Amino acid sequence: MKNKVTTIVALGVMLAGVVLWSCNKSDLNDRSNEFPALEPANIDLNAGTWMPVLLTAADEFTVPAPIATNTPAYVAELNEIKAYQRDLTSQQKASIKYWSAGAVLRWNEILRELVARHNLPPYQNEDGTYPVPNSANPFAYPQFPFANPPFAARAYGYVSAAVYDALVAAWHYKQLYNRLAPYANDSSVQALVVKSNLPSYPSEDAVVAATSIEVLKLMFPTELAFIQKKADEHMLARIMSGANVRSEIEAGIALGRQVAAKFTTRARTDRAGQAGGNPQVWKALEDQTIAKGEVCWFSLETPKRPPMLPLFGKVKPFLFDSLTAIGLRPPPPPSTSSDKFKEETREVLFYSQNPTRERIAIVHFWADGAGTYTPAGHWNAIAAEEFVKENYSEIRWARNLALLNMALMDAGIICWDAKYFYFNPRPSQTDPSIKTLTGMPNFPSYTSGHSTFSAAAATVLGHLLPDRGSKFDDMALEASMSRLYGAIHYRSDCEAGLKCGKDVGQFAVNRATTDGAE
Amino acid sequence: MKPLQSYLKRLLMAVAYMCLSSQLLNAQTDVDAIMLKKNVLCIGGMYVNDSWTNYWEGTFKRDNQNIGKVTTQMFGVMGNYGITNRVNVLFSVPYVTTKATRGTLKGLDGIQDFALMLKYLVAEKKFSSHDKLSVYAIGRVSAPLTNYVADFLPLSIGLRSKTAGIRALADYQYQKYFVSASGAYTYRSNIDIDRNAYYTTEMHYTNEVEMHDAASFNLRAGYRSKYWVAEAVFDKMNTLGGFDIRKNDMPFPSNKMNATRIGANFKHTLKAVKGLEITGGAMYVVAGRNVGQSTTINAGIFYLMNLSSRAKPVSNQQQITNLNEK
Repeated sequence: MKNKVTTIVALGVMLAGVVLWSCNKSDLNDRSNEFPALEPANIDLNAGTWMPVLLTAADEFTVPAPIATNTPAYVAELNEIKAYQRDLTSQQKASIKYWSAGAVLRWNEILRELVARHNLPPYQNEDGTYPVPNSANPFAYPQFPFANPPFAARAYGYVSAAVYDALVAAWHYKQLYNRLAPYANDSSVQALVVKSNLPSYPSEDAVVAATSIEVLKLMFPTELAFIQKKADEHMLARIMSGANVRSEIEAGIALGRQVAAKFTTRARTDRAGQAGGNPQVWKALEDQTIAKGEVCWFSLETPKRPPMLPLFGKVKPFLFDSLTAIGLRPPPPPSTSSDKFKEETREVLFYSQNPTRERIAIVHFWADGAGTYTPAGHWNAIAAEEFVKENYSEIRWARNLALLNMALMDAGIICWDAKYFYFNPRPSQTDPSIKTLTGMPNFPSYTSGHSTFSAAAATVLGHLLPDRGSKFDDMALEASMSRLYGAIHYRSDCEAGLKCGKDVGQFAVNRATTDGAE
Repeated sequence: MKPLQSYLKRLLMAVAYMCLSSQLLNAQTDVDAIMLKKNVLCIGGMYVNDSWTNYWEGTFKRDNQNIGKVTTQMFGVMGNYGITNRVNVLFSVPYVTTKATRGTLKGLDGIQDFALMLKYLVAEKKFSSHDKLSVYAIGRVSAPLTNYVADFLPLSIGLRSKTAGIRALADYQYQKYFVSASGAYTYRSNIDIDRNAYYTTEMHYTNEVEMHDAASFNLRAGYRSKYWVAEAVFDKMNTLGGFDIRKNDMPFPSNKMNATRIGANFKHTLKAVKGLEITGGAMYVVAGRNVGQSTTINAGIFYLMNLSSRAKPVSNQQQITNLNEK
């Protein structure tokens, strides 16, 4: 009897432990849910004078004057807010809270999510060839796009630059028309966001959403329903919160669309559409490498997959012209027949054969491979979590992300140019006994994309946030070394990538010191 | 040669009883209806070899020439001790190693999860001298013993989740034939991975991964005598949530992982060496979701001793209850 009781107690204890574990399993302490409401330390009222990227001037597109606040039409718009505020559901309150963290931040997160969702290499055809995503038929498998690292870097670049330009224009008109926010015009409208002296016409949130949507339509054509739903929620949250009346939203949408069109026009002709190349291009890459007396890269996938975007290096950069881009190309890697190359291959083999738990953690932290938001997305996430602490205005958020993402995109261009100019084999091609701790990317080895992206990002962030010391450079170095630890890159790839990335980042820093924002 | 011939003959007889195939860890497990008597300790080693070439991405079945055949081997130390005739405690400590035959990905290895089980014979009813029904309750907890990597599927050695589960088992024995049915519910704790952001069906900005609980059903039937146990097994395991691997994506620890397996096991107690048992078995995944279509074979060797009589080995019949021939 005593044993029976003991056993039942023991089983009971096991069950209780279980129940404790199972509590709140779905609450994962997601950092994105913890972001506070945006409360700018400085509204940057004069940001309409900041230097845009593509706009010829802040008033290149006209925003008509808002209706007067003493008109029945405006009063009707206030009534719309009041009607919502009488009876907000908990879901509506949650939506207001979510969007109050900042429009630029939330739309950057949405972009990262789209990248991760579309970052899948196509599955092969029966005959061992690979289908190519087609923007003209985006829903057919494989869906357009395959948001691989260069594609993603370009998407982050375009969306961020377009949002920044559109906000420069918006700030110009905000200052010009100086319309007070609904809660400032009518004391019976509650402010469910942090009150601000920033004029509310046109709505900066609407500008950010509309600009993003227009660019994303081009980059992620299958996602329009998803992103339009996000935008509708966002705009409604702004109205319900008392931050904007509907006509301020509408003016913001109209402005955002026009500015975005300048960027989509550029994107259609920036040569990214041809970056995949064709069999002749792929063959020429092999021939030119063999002609130089070097071992040429081949795909380590089975069936062999065509190289990833071999002509991405020809895409038109944001921060410099194409001639400058060629000047940024790193010097050649160690010859595949040199002792140095053999020595570096042995070093990779060492890391392959001697992984430590700490090094594996570094490899996986920075891997950012298939199904993730890519290295560029990782640096956006790092930047966003730092920017949240800075209490930036929306336009400073946009400007800093534009600097970061133009640098990341251009770093991708320079890196991809080097990869296909040198067409250098991966360590596991050189020595098949090299086994890797992360997926083997399907493009040449020299230079390391992670190193180039990371150094470019760290250079920009180090400039924007000098009080962080060497934090970002240290992270970039770790990201770079993660590729050696993972046994997919030689040391030369990493070192040359870091240097090149830093050079590219410096162009963004130069722009930052002259754009009128510092 | 005579003893060997007779041994092989008995072995073949036992195999003949197995119509189908079985459970990963078959000997002295928490899924069977075998109890050790009070103060008896059974301890031994177990080898498991699990390999697959085809796997399911969601419901899409495929192979992958960039990993080839994935083999997971487990070398385990297992034990079972009779606290009383009705209460047994069991444990296992496995060392696991993985490898892929093709592509560049490196296999991993390490000590995986410690598991502790408590098996309790709740009730027993004899209908006649030939048949009886027994009901068991089995509790099981497990936790990783090392900081191994979970987020490197299919080559990680485990999922790192701490688990706790409860199983109810009913066993009906008629002469030397038996049928056992059991159902289990397993709570699985969330895990931490090396990344601090990941995508499932949406982005998550955390290194914590929600692991859904699991349920399983197990049916086994066969022959159980003084020296032989031979059984056919049907096993179904489902995670109660999780998401599908997308086409050509990497697997992830919180994928929905379902498997229906069939197999067979045997256990033989040697006459020549008192207290020595050998076990073996095989299982095959007949249907699955986000798992490999694996073939699992296992072999084990165990030694029984009665601690109350100075660790002197004794025969199977003396050690194990619930055999109807006593």
